[in-house]
Amino acid sequence: MLDSTPDGLNSGESPLLRTIGLTKRYGDFLANDSIDIDIWPGEIHALLGENGAGKSTLVKAIYGLIQPSAGEIRWQGRRILLSGPSEARGLGIGMVFQHFSLFDNLTVAENVALGLDGRESFKDMSARLEQVSEAYGLPLDPKREVWQLSVGERQRIEIVRALMQDPKFLILDEPTAVLTPKEADQLFVVLERLKAEGRAILYISHKLEEVKRLCDTATILRGGRKVETCNPRRETAASLARMMVGGEIKEVKAASGRTTTVPRLVVNDLSLAPSEPHGVRLEHISFELKGGEILGIAGVAGNGQEELFAALSGERSSKDPGTVVIEGIAAGHLSITQRRRLGAAFVPEERLGHGTAPRMKLSENALLTGHAASGMVHRGFINTAATLKTVDRATETFDVRKAKRDPEAASLSGGNLQKFIVGREILRNPAVLVVSQPTWGVDAGAAAVIRQALLDLATAGAAVLVTSQDLDELAEITDRIAVMFHGKLSAPLATREATRENLGLLMGGSSLEPKEVAHAIGA
Amino acid sequence: MQLVLEKRAERSGTIALVSPLIAIGLTVVTMVILFAILGKNPLLALHAYFIAPLTDGYSLQEIAVKATPLVMIAIGLSLCYLANAWNIGAEGQFLIGAVAGSWIAVKTQGTDAGAWVLPAMLVLAAAAGALYALIPAICKVKFGASEILTSLMLVYVADLFLDYLVRGPWRDPNGFNFPTTAEFDPVATVPLLIEGGRLHLGSIIALLVVAAAAILLGRTIKGFEIRVVGAAPRAARFGGFNANQLIILTFAISGALAGLAGIIEVAGPVGHLQPGISPGYGFTAIIVAFLGRLNPLGILIAGLFLALTFIGGEQAQIAMKIPLDVTKVFQGILLFYVLACDSLILYRFKLSFPNRQVASGTH
Repeated sequence: MLDSTPDGLNSGESPLLRTIGLTKRYGDFLANDSIDIDIWPGEIHALLGENGAGKSTLVKAIYGLIQPSAGEIRWQGRRILLSGPSEARGLGIGMVFQHFSLFDNLTVAENVALGLDGRESFKDMSARLEQVSEAYGLPLDPKREVWQLSVGERQRIEIVRALMQDPKFLILDEPTAVLTPKEADQLFVVLERLKAEGRAILYISHKLEEVKRLCDTATILRGGRKVETCNPRRETAASLARMMVGGEIKEVKAASGRTTTVPRLVVNDLSLAPSEPHGVRLEHISFELKGGEILGIAGVAGNGQEELFAALSGERSSKDPGTVVIEGIAAGHLSITQRRRLGAAFVPEERLGHGTAPRMKLSENALLTGHAASGMVHRGFINTAATLKTVDRATETFDVRKAKRDPEAASLSGGNLQKFIVGREILRNPAVLVVSQPTWGVDAGAAAVIRQALLDLATAGAAVLVTSQDLDELAEITDRIAVMFHGKLSAPLATREATRENLGLLMGGSSLEPKEVAHAIGA
Repeated sequence: MQLVLEKRAERSGTIALVSPLIAIGLTVVTMVILFAILGKNPLLALHAYFIAPLTDGYSLQEIAVKATPLVMIAIGLSLCYLANAWNIGAEGQFLIGAVAGSWIAVKTQGTDAGAWVLPAMLVLAAAAGALYALIPAICKVKFGASEILTSLMLVYVADLFLDYLVRGPWRDPNGFNFPTTAEFDPVATVPLLIEGGRLHLGSIIALLVVAAAAILLGRTIKGFEIRVVGAAPRAARFGGFNANQLIILTFAISGALAGLAGIIEVAGPVGHLQPGISPGYGFTAIIVAFLGRLNPLGILIAGLFLALTFIGGEQAQIAMKIPLDVTKVFQGILLFYVLACDSLILYRFKLSFPNRQVASGTH
């Protein structure tokens, strides 16, 4: 039963799970370089590191998804070799992934049943599902279909599914990345409770405040190696960040006294039906963005941000020209190329496959968005020298690190590719820049470069629209923040006056009480 | 010890060049086994297939003649395939082109029409091939119908239409009831390059098509659009490229080239319209396109190689009584290996030695 302490946890001196010299090699690349980590029963152990530090590789090895090239894993003192996740689950290791593996058209109970190895009947399983979800304060209706649920509720399914196996050790991969602040708080209560029951939790994150608040131990990885194991409560966020990055992070400096000019991007009562089933309908979205101004759009993923990007960029055009006005010209009916010619530039959330063609060279990816203007095409013929020049200039200006002059996009690291994409657009001197999740999955160094570039662009007079799930990022660079919820956009708040609490309320779909004042975020 | 496929960081340019050769090597090995099973001496059979045709002038010309339609069709198909549009019906577009061009030849027969006849036949054949290819393309764009099925089914429509014409309205009255038109007039015939030989003007046109495709794909924005739409559809939309427009365009070009190849074959080596003008050029060209790595120069080489198997197959049949169908078996096996070897461009084989000294704790 779940509410009793799982046996074998209080076995005293040996850790529940220990890796010794764990190494994973992909070709010439060392994703994990002899990592030692000890996880004790009843602790919440943070695994900290930037993207590409080797966090995912390490937990995949522990969960049996990949086999280590060298080193060993010990479970309760015994050496184990896992041939797959079902063996890991058999031992009592559970995992909740960042990207959910749920079928949208199946019910909660059906999804849970698909992920369980047991042979109990569907009816018994459903009953147990309700019992477990109630016991842990993770309410779920087993009969609802997944597409009707919010992201937070979907994550609950994954957590309950893992808990139904009664794990002694639970791995969570960036669980709060998709949650509102309130949902995150609820999750922390559940995790504290699991800890009190004597279970161990490995908590992957790069949100330092969260780790300081929740975790007893933190292991920091950098470049595939373990840097340190420490008590995060005795560290400062800055000292943890230094260990993650291996040096001081350049602080982003806003030029003081940015002046706003004329409206450069205006959206008037934009409504748009979803293009695919279970998509989000945009409803009556209006805002005005002036030159020199950065407007942030906060919100939990899946509330219409992607649809808004498609409507603003012209990937989906609207019948009514007046819904989107760029540089004073009605552009709602125009294609993305025509909008680029009006001076707009766009950076989508997904780097590979949307922002770039992964298996094409950087020069060809410069042409992808640059062909609309900027002399890269002459009478239908490509000016290769001009495309290469864009690559060189982006490389120089934004410190893009790559193995050769013109490699394939897919061979760059996430941060370097994002610097290239942002650079490619900024070098065109856009009047309006619409950017989605500018630093998602990007290392802290590259994130600082990108945020600085956005600030500099606004200082130079452009209008910048940033969609992000990272409230700290929005607090750092925006002038105003609006929140997207269920396809509607709230009225923008001045960033100076916005608080984490009232943004959280908006992100959860509540409207604001007019008098609410609390400490400003970022202050 | 186990053999694993491991993803490469970047696609391997060397393997991209070598993989067709590996495929040919594997095909030859398979054929040796097949010949042995058929009770034929494998070495003699291979000699008949691949060496003998290269040793006399007549066969060399014949290889170029056979390669001409293969290369022209395959160039068009490669544009479709690069754009992720799957035209399988080039055989039908080839036949319709032959029919449309022949219409002028049949109608001007015996009149003293001037030198305009052949150019008009070529233009009409290309237009008819393009229009015929637009049927599946438009069905795809407007209704989402699978272009693979519709283009393939239209092959049989074209085949039967041609059959009807040469057995009915266009049959040669002096042809002893054979299903064929009369021999075309000289003004309706593709001129020979060498007097008394087999090589004709069509081969030059094929070379021009190869050059034009190389420029289109390598140097122009339209060629870039074609490549992006196939390689990364969402990025292409972000770039402002219209996938539907490109499906229409590549199908039209590919149909035009197939139709052109059809009339050149009829007004050239064959000399009149009859059933069976194509030994499956439209289908073999699919193999040529992939063996040539969807690259114009590669297609030229692959076209010559596949033409060699046609000629070699005929010679092997005459010399060793190896059934002609073995040529089709050969071509099928070759396509199989070409597609299989392509995975080596993005992946590599690696021997791994996992440390399996200790048994798992569970079970």
